[in-house]
Order: sequence, then C-alpha cells, then structure tokens
Amino acid sequence: MAEVEVKEKEPLFSKKNKRLITDPLNDNNPVTIQVLGICSALAVTVQLDNAIVMSLAVTAVLVIGNIVVSLLRSLVPPRIRIIVQLVIVASLVILVDIVLKAFVYDVSKQLSVFVGLIITNCIIMGRLEAFAMGNKPWASALDGVGNGLGYGFVLIVVAVFKELFGSGSLTVPGFDKFQIFAEGSGYLHNGLMLLPPSSLVLVAVYIWIQKTRNKKLIEEH
Amino acid sequence: MEYFKLFIRAAFVDNMIFAFFFGMCSYLAVSKTVKTAVGLGMAVIFVLTVTVPVNWLLDTYVLQEGALAWLGPEYADYDLSFLSFIMFIAVIASIVQLVEMIVEKFSPALYGALGIFLPLIAVNCAILGGALFMQQKQFGNIGEATTYGLGSGFGWFIAVVLIAAIREKIRYSHIPAPLKGVGMAFLITGLMGLAFLGFLGFNI
Repeated sequence: MAEVEVKEKEPLFSKKNKRLITDPLNDNNPVTIQVLGICSALAVTVQLDNAIVMSLAVTAVLVIGNIVVSLLRSLVPPRIRIIVQLVIVASLVILVDIVLKAFVYDVSKQLSVFVGLIITNCIIMGRLEAFAMGNKPWASALDGVGNGLGYGFVLIVVAVFKELFGSGSLTVPGFDKFQIFAEGSGYLHNGLMLLPPSSLVLVAVYIWIQKTRNKKLIEEH
Repeated sequence: MEYFKLFIRAAFVDNMIFAFFFGMCSYLAVSKTVKTAVGLGMAVIFVLTVTVPVNWLLDTYVLQEGALAWLGPEYADYDLSFLSFIMFIAVIASIVQLVEMIVEKFSPALYGALGIFLPLIAVNCAILGGALFMQQKQFGNIGEATTYGLGSGFGWFIAVVLIAAIREKIRYSHIPAPLKGVGMAFLITGLMGLAFLGFLGFNI
C-alpha cells in the first residue's frame, strides 16, 4: 500500500477504516446479521474448496464493484442507478466466470449456476447501494474486503462442518483431498450433512452462538 | 402429461428454496406476515413465467453457439454465450420494471404492501437462477421453458407462504432469545427442507 500518503491526511488504516474491515467479520456479518447473500452461502458449502473459491470470487466482485460504483457515484443519475450497478456487477461476474473456468475448471463446474448468481447476490447490491453510493473509493474498497471476508468466514465454517462430518474429508484448492475419517475408520459418514437443509441448520446454530455471545444483536420477535 | 411432470418436478422436487436456496434474501425479508408473502410470491410466479420463456428465446436465437445462423450462413459460427449473464439480467430488470408499473397502476394496495421489495425482485436470485437453470437444462421448446418458469415460481410461492404462516404463529411461542427472528426462520426452513426431501423419491 502507498505509505507516503499516510502522513498527509487521514491515515489509510485509521480506526474508522479498520472498523470497516473488522465489523463485518463479527457484529455486522453480512450473512448472519444483515441476512444478505444467503442463497449462494448455503448452496456451495458441500465441499470446502467450493466455499473458498466462491468467497474469493464474491470478494473480488464486491471490492471492484464497490470501487467502480464509488468512483461513478456523482455521475450516475439516481433513477437509473440500479441498472448501472447491475451492468457493472454483471460485467465483473462475466470476468470472474471466465477466470474461474481458466484456472479452476473443476470447481467452476461444481459451482455451476452459482457463479452467475453472484450478480444477484444481495451482499453485492446491498453494499453498493448502502455503502459505495455514499462513500469514497478507498473506504468502499475496505468495506468490500470486510464484507467479502465476513461472507467467506461463514461459508468456510459451514463448509468445514458439512464436508468433515458428511464425507469425512477436507478439500483445499491446490492440494489433494485430506481424507480425515476414511470409510471404516470408526466414523460413519453422515449423509444428512451433505444435503441442503443441513446448511440452514448450521447457519441457525452459528447465529444462535453469535447472538448468545453478543446480546445486543438479539431481535425483538 | 410431459408438461405436468415438468411442472411438478420444478415445483416440488427441485423446489427453488428448499433444494437450491434461490431467493432466500427476499424470502426471509417478506415472510413475517402471510399477506406480504402472498404478494411477493405472486409477483415471483408472474415474473418467472414471463422471463424464463423470454430468456429462452434470447438464448436459443441469439446467444447459443450457432444460434445466429438464421441471420445468414456467415453468422453461423458466432458463440455469444459469454454474454448470457448480462443479457439475462437486462431482460429481467426491464420486465421487473414493467411489472412494477402494472402493479402500481392496477393494485395500489398491493404496491403499498410490497413497497421496497418489488424492485428487489430484479436482484432476486430465484429469477436469474430460473433463467440460468433453463439454459443448463436445454429445453426443446418454448412451452417447456414456460412450464418450468411457472412451476418454479409456484414452488417458491408455496415455500414463502408456508414459512410466513409458521412465522406468524411462532411469534407467540417461547423460543430462546438469541434464536428469535432470523435464527428461527433458518431452523424452520431447514426442517421444511428435510420434509421436502421426501419428494426426491418421487418417480414421475
């Protein structure tokens, strides 16, 4: 990062900017607290490598989209902003899709339509609308990083539980599959964990734990 | 009969919410009361029934490899499928705009009830998901595509109305405070998803 600029005005990583990254990881998590971007968060968590690739893809689109929208924020007439945002995000997702197909083809096949669905991922539109439209590019970029990581964190937690208990293995991109509980090692693979509903239950448990630790987050009804 | 099978399959076996979690964001947001849930559910059925066939036409006659052959032999080699995301979302966004105007004109009460959620249909994953699955399933004709759109919309409608009904009742139950709201909605959806898995064995 450009360290020369730090002395001139507001430091690049001032307290406020740091909070932009740390808040979404915990008390303002996009998935569990803001309840955005659930569709892909739940559907791509059967294998850990899918979850990691998906979170990287979403983070990339979110950061670049936030920066672009933030740069354009005074040029775009408010009435057509949604369409403009959609076009920006859709073009970025096309790029991400092509990159994924080129470098991690297998994962991109498994993610199938969910790469395309990044366009309609509510996190992206939500952050563009709520943050990037009213903030400077650098703050928006940090907000994108924070929310992307917050999203990725939940995805990875859910995916670790699902894959470990469902098929007894963990897959990390670039490595072979780590078979932790092989067939016949005494742990019977729980097929239920691989089915879609179990991710919902896991996220519910995550929310439960998070809100038990921080009572301020509890909803009224 | 073929169409009926396709409809049942799209609505129950491959239910948008319970099998793929499409449109979960608006699903969780509107499912606090049955009334808004019905409104948004109807809007989703309508938008899906319209956008899936339109996107099918677009995919078959413009985007697929060799789809432009009807323009002349020199266009037969074009493959525009990399544009499909942006084209689909453009079609969806414009149709949603249209629906919004129609609803505002003919049912101001519904428009008031749905409020912010109607424009959000454009970024409802269920709609784009329907289009992308339509592309993946490679339907043979426009009838199949329409049936698929109608069926998946109907499945979404059922899911959102059911959960709204449960959430209305659960407000009066004693549940652990940290689970109130979203947490409980997730748990219930998980249990309902398990129930819907029963349809997987259906051989139709």
